[in-house]
Amino acid sequence: MHRRFALRPLFWSLEGEPVGPYRPLFHFRRLWKTAVLLTLFVVLSPLGFMAVVDHRLSREVIERDIHYQTMRLVANTRQNITFFLSERKSSLAFIERDNTYEGLSQPLRLTALLDTLQKSFGDFTDLGVVNAEGLQHTYVGPYTLGGINYRDEEWFQVARETGIYISEVFLGFRRQPHLVVAVKDDLPNGSFYILRTSIGLNTLNRILGELEVSGQGDLFLVNREGVLQTPSRMFGPALEKIPLRMPPYADWIQVIEEAYGSETLVIGYAYIPDTPFVLLAVKNKANLMASWQKSRREWSFFLAGSVFAIVLVILGVSTHLVNQIYLADRQRTAMLHHMEYANKMASLGRLSAGIAHEINNPLAIINEKAGLIRDLFLLKKDYAEDPKLLALVDSIHKSVERCSRITRRLLHFARPSEGRVEELQIGEVIEEVLGFLGKEAEHRSIRVSVAVAPGTPMIRADRGRMQEIFLNLVDNAFGAMEDGGRLEIEARPVEGGLQVRVADNGCGIPAADLQRIFEPFFTTKDERGGTGLGLSITYGLVEEAGGRIEVSSEVGKGTEFRLFFPMTAPPARPKESRT
Amino acid sequence: MKILIVDDEEELASTLAERLSLRGIDGRYALSGDEALRLATEEHFDVAVLDIKMPKLGGIQLKQRLQELRPGMRFLFLTGHGSDRDFEAGVTEVGEKYYLVKPLDIEQLIAKIRDLLRR
Repeated sequence: MHRRFALRPLFWSLEGEPVGPYRPLFHFRRLWKTAVLLTLFVVLSPLGFMAVVDHRLSREVIERDIHYQTMRLVANTRQNITFFLSERKSSLAFIERDNTYEGLSQPLRLTALLDTLQKSFGDFTDLGVVNAEGLQHTYVGPYTLGGINYRDEEWFQVARETGIYISEVFLGFRRQPHLVVAVKDDLPNGSFYILRTSIGLNTLNRILGELEVSGQGDLFLVNREGVLQTPSRMFGPALEKIPLRMPPYADWIQVIEEAYGSETLVIGYAYIPDTPFVLLAVKNKANLMASWQKSRREWSFFLAGSVFAIVLVILGVSTHLVNQIYLADRQRTAMLHHMEYANKMASLGRLSAGIAHEINNPLAIINEKAGLIRDLFLLKKDYAEDPKLLALVDSIHKSVERCSRITRRLLHFARPSEGRVEELQIGEVIEEVLGFLGKEAEHRSIRVSVAVAPGTPMIRADRGRMQEIFLNLVDNAFGAMEDGGRLEIEARPVEGGLQVRVADNGCGIPAADLQRIFEPFFTTKDERGGTGLGLSITYGLVEEAGGRIEVSSEVGKGTEFRLFFPMTAPPARPKESRT
Repeated sequence: MKILIVDDEEELASTLAERLSLRGIDGRYALSGDEALRLATEEHFDVAVLDIKMPKLGGIQLKQRLQELRPGMRFLFLTGHGSDRDFEAGVTEVGEKYYLVKPLDIEQLIAKIRDLLRR
């Protein structure tokens, strides 16, 4: 069994709704859809737009902040490292300037200087003096490096050319990562010598390790080939090669983003000038964005909840409103039904009153004649063969005949209309209608003239409905006229059919009202009990018969209705006019 | 006692007049207001029985004209009860007891006439 969904509104399925004049004014389902879609669009599109813009803006701000922080970290660290190296360079340069070549060539003096450096800085491991031929003739330190010739070594070449050399980190004999710094000093005789020292990495590692890097980040030095110079939390101990592509050379600090496996890394880097070192700060972007992601998730839940509530409210409100319109429309239809029924009943009442009056007169005559016969029998002795009695009986018969004529006409007229279409002479229909209203015209001294022009065609229509059309028009005209008015009804053939003109010389209709007289419920005779449906129904009936109705009126002069009906039969025999 | 019956239905008016005459009441009839006025100027009538609905001059208007003409005249009204509007207007004007609805009963008519003349 088909069960209706309990939440489905009344207007949703409109099977069995009337068509024609009582059809609903709106397509309610379409109305509902339009209302819902439009409201959803108007409400949700700015919300969605704002959400997207906010998402992008806040993400940009966070990313910019991450880049800025990374840049600052790299800048500070670079400064520290540069300071560290230049301090050691300057120490060697100071020793060279403070001592003569000869002085430095004495091991005792050199030992004393190394001792001072170790006490001052801690990370100087040894000291050696190398002459212009590359021979390290004096050496103090933990190894036996005296007498080694460095003439063909790269560092010696570089130091000779540039005056300074800082090596990459290497293990050397001690199997301890360290670097070498060499500083050249020119002698007065045009020759030169180089002071060379090994530096441990403890201090440098401390500088890098002490810096707290947010987002589980990492800060370390690599050489230009990507080999670690200091240990890295992410990529292992010194001298391992990092699995990242080396960023391109840049004069100043750069921050880039690089994919690493499934993660994105934010990498800040700086090439440290005059050294083989590149400082790298590597951070996991996901960790940095975590708090933002969390607040985004919370915001998204809130947004989804709001959207759900909005959709619910829009659906509810639209459904309620459309349902209210639907109910109002149903009420309107019911009212229309009711008013039409009331109008029918009023017409019927008027008709009955007319008929009662019509019949009561002949009945009264019958009554009096019969009464007189009785009187004659009772009050006079010589009734036998009395010609008067025969005349009385004839008179009774005549009145009975008159009554039956009225009832015949009545039956003919009041037969319920079933939409049975037949060939009709328009003149006959008009006469039938006037048969009922004729007495009123007589009493009110209204002159009614009917003229059917020769050649006026037959029409195919329902007799009852045609009678209703003319009853309404004539009744309307009578209502508009003073006693002694004039009503003209003319039928004549026109191209494609026939035209009937119903013209009165009554009070007329003001132009403003004229446009509305065919509207349902439009009435100017409230105080006289008009329903405002007569002309509206007439209009509908004329259209139903395939015809059309026009009206023109002048206040104080009268009103003229012109009806056009299409021809459906050859012209009828010429009919005599009656006035 | 002279009665004037005014109705545009001659058959009715004449028969009523004759039946009254058979009962010893002098009944005359007229078929229109004009004729009634003419008769009333010529003769004296005690009571006029008027049909409410008549062409040109209806019963109510005729009553006023006759009253001007013959201030002592009494009136009864007949109606086919055709239109509620006319009936009600007439009733409020003359009072229900001076009304008779067609078809009528001659004895009732005479009773009303006598009642009217006793006042």
